[in-house]
Amino acid sequence: MKFLCVECDRQMQFEERQLPGDGTLAAAFRCPACGRTVALLTNPMETQLVASLGVKIGGTTIEPQPMETVRGMVTTGRDDAFDDGKGETGTGKSPRPAWSPEAQERLARVPNFVRGMVKRIYLDYAKERGIAEITPAIMDTARTELGLEEM
Amino acid sequence: MPLNIRTYRDLTEADRSGLVDQIVAQRRRVADRLATVRRVLAVLSGKGGVGKSFVTAGLARALVRGGRATGVLDADFNGPTIPSLLDLPVARSTFHDDAIEPAMSPEGVRCFSMALLLEDGRPLAFRGPETEGHVWRETLEAAALREFLADVAWGTLDQLLVDLPPGVQRFQELTELLAVPPAVLAVTIPTAESRDAVRRALHGAVERKARLLGVVENMVGGPFTGSAADELAAEFGIPVLARIPWHPTPDVWDAIALSVRSTS
Repeated sequence: MKFLCVECDRQMQFEERQLPGDGTLAAAFRCPACGRTVALLTNPMETQLVASLGVKIGGTTIEPQPMETVRGMVTTGRDDAFDDGKGETGTGKSPRPAWSPEAQERLARVPNFVRGMVKRIYLDYAKERGIAEITPAIMDTARTELGLEEM
Repeated sequence: MPLNIRTYRDLTEADRSGLVDQIVAQRRRVADRLATVRRVLAVLSGKGGVGKSFVTAGLARALVRGGRATGVLDADFNGPTIPSLLDLPVARSTFHDDAIEPAMSPEGVRCFSMALLLEDGRPLAFRGPETEGHVWRETLEAAALREFLADVAWGTLDQLLVDLPPGVQRFQELTELLAVPPAVLAVTIPTAESRDAVRRALHGAVERKARLLGVVENMVGGPFTGSAADELAAEFGIPVLARIPWHPTPDVWDAIALSVRSTS
């Protein structure tokens, strides 16, 4: 999928992604010549098809987690399917970020099947950016930046 | 006056999304993970109920008994039975570096299966729009196959057996994910109906340039009569590697393992 600014005859560049949380996706593309911006809006079916491929419009800055698609998409997984204990510190060399009580509460609502992976993703995101405390606002930003639908 | 619009292939500037690069990275991850696997062997029939999983598990056990490092990827996501056939208890999957450790059967067969992940008695269900699920469900199952190949720490194996579900679609997905097509072991029962279904699957495998190792005839000597294995062997120019009776003893499996080893 590519976008062409017909007037300038230039390929438009990905600018920003938004996940409203209703299964839809918005991705903005800007013309590098005239600055005109267009938004691609996908319905839940189209969003799902992209997610099914295990790719993210706009790319991602962190490495995919093992079984990321299976864990993120399967709804009938066992609560105790994965032992996530060893991986909870995430990657990177900076200190382990703390979790605000509100962020912990939000994380607790994530099904066990995927919770350990989601936790690692947020930790990796925070550590990469030197964020000391993970809050719901940080989780929202990470979700949009990383293209994490429903996490 | 129509607009003069360049085509998709005319636009070659790098884009931050890099969707093609993401797909390439996925394939590279599969290739890297399987670099220490000497052979991927697809167990295929095209027909349900002929005992593919039974044959896969028996063969895997015999290969390990014969000193061959063997893994089984249970690619039947909607009817996974390999852990049960290998006497594997359902336990938590653990991580090692960037991969998930396969389960290990008492005999030493490495295994990964959807049965290890799903709630007891629940079907495989995916998050997504409630209507038109057929549009994306198969894509998600293909993604699961990719992750089972790439994200399980299979380690060094002489062979990774892939237990396929009925039909040919999962075989096609497997072939697309691998750098070279898998070797194929066909399983049939003696009947003409089974022969016809397996024949279709084998033609599909040939079209994908897969190497056919041979055919195993299962459930021989019981109520199912016919000569499916001989006819398939003649048509495709492949050997009948084994005929498995209703109650096979370990030496039957050992003989099959020996036949399969001789094809490597």
